[in-house]
Amino acid sequence: MSNASAAVLPASRRPVDPRGPRFGAAVTTVVLIAALVTVGTTVGTVLIAWQTVAFALGALVGLQAQPYGVLFRRLVRPRLAPPAELEDPAAPRFAQAVGLLFMVVALIASLTGITIVATIAVALALAAAFLNAAFNFCLGCEMYLLGARLRRS
Amino acid sequence: MTGLWAVLFVLAAATAVGLWFQRNNGRVKDAPVSRVPMAGDGDPPADIEPEPPTAEAEALAPVLAGRLGEHATMVQFSSAFCQPCRATRRILEEVSVMVPGVSHVEIDAEENLELVRVLDIRRTPTVLFLDRHGVVRKQASGQPRKADVVAALGELMPDEGMDFMI
Repeated sequence: MSNASAAVLPASRRPVDPRGPRFGAAVTTVVLIAALVTVGTTVGTVLIAWQTVAFALGALVGLQAQPYGVLFRRLVRPRLAPPAELEDPAAPRFAQAVGLLFMVVALIASLTGITIVATIAVALALAAAFLNAAFNFCLGCEMYLLGARLRRS
Repeated sequence: MTGLWAVLFVLAAATAVGLWFQRNNGRVKDAPVSRVPMAGDGDPPADIEPEPPTAEAEALAPVLAGRLGEHATMVQFSSAFCQPCRATRRILEEVSVMVPGVSHVEIDAEENLELVRVLDIRRTPTVLFLDRHGVVRKQASGQPRKADVVAALGELMPDEGMDFMI
């Protein structure tokens, strides 16, 4: 994508530095580890609620509004060399939506005191975030085609 | 305390999955035997009736009509939510320019779901390597390395000579 076409795209469609979503996945991993350790307590519920908001901003508004993405652009990216190439935001944004799905379940379960469901939902979200951060493996993206195959069969 | 064990369990399980993924992602493998109509490599002897086309070949035919390479074809399945599809496209385009008689065809998986089901494509990108008859000989799921792509083509078209590799 040329710079000229990038300039006219809305913020949510502009190509992103691929290190941004990966940095975000690392922060998400840390937040979810803390949430999993404290699940069932007030601190756990607050952490789950915070991560739900973070995913919601990334999925519903766009990566430019994702808090960890903002952190990356303000604090991390100025210290790094320019990215080798940019990537389309569609895949990481989809991953945010998958994360949001799990966190909404975790938040509802946490608020209604069903700790076991909250634990499982946070654990699955943590696994996905960790795979993304450590191995650059986007679980939600991998599931997408399988989902599409089932949906319209 | 339970939470701490859950964290350790999740990270251990995810690490195992991640290592498995890293090992297999983008590897070029032989296509399942069922996809290859004739046992062994090379062309069938002239006195044997050619095998009827497989379901895969029949499903691929209309999509590939007029786009088959003279010696080999690389068919890439892509989707919108696919980080490595763009890099894969660049690699395959470079190789198709470098190797004469090899074409690169990119197919949107979501717009060809029937084909995706028949070929049992599970991930994007998936790359199928077709010989000059349009038979699927090899495949890779995930972004393949350029050297592996070139090596796979070399196995696919032994008669053509791979002078460009030297």
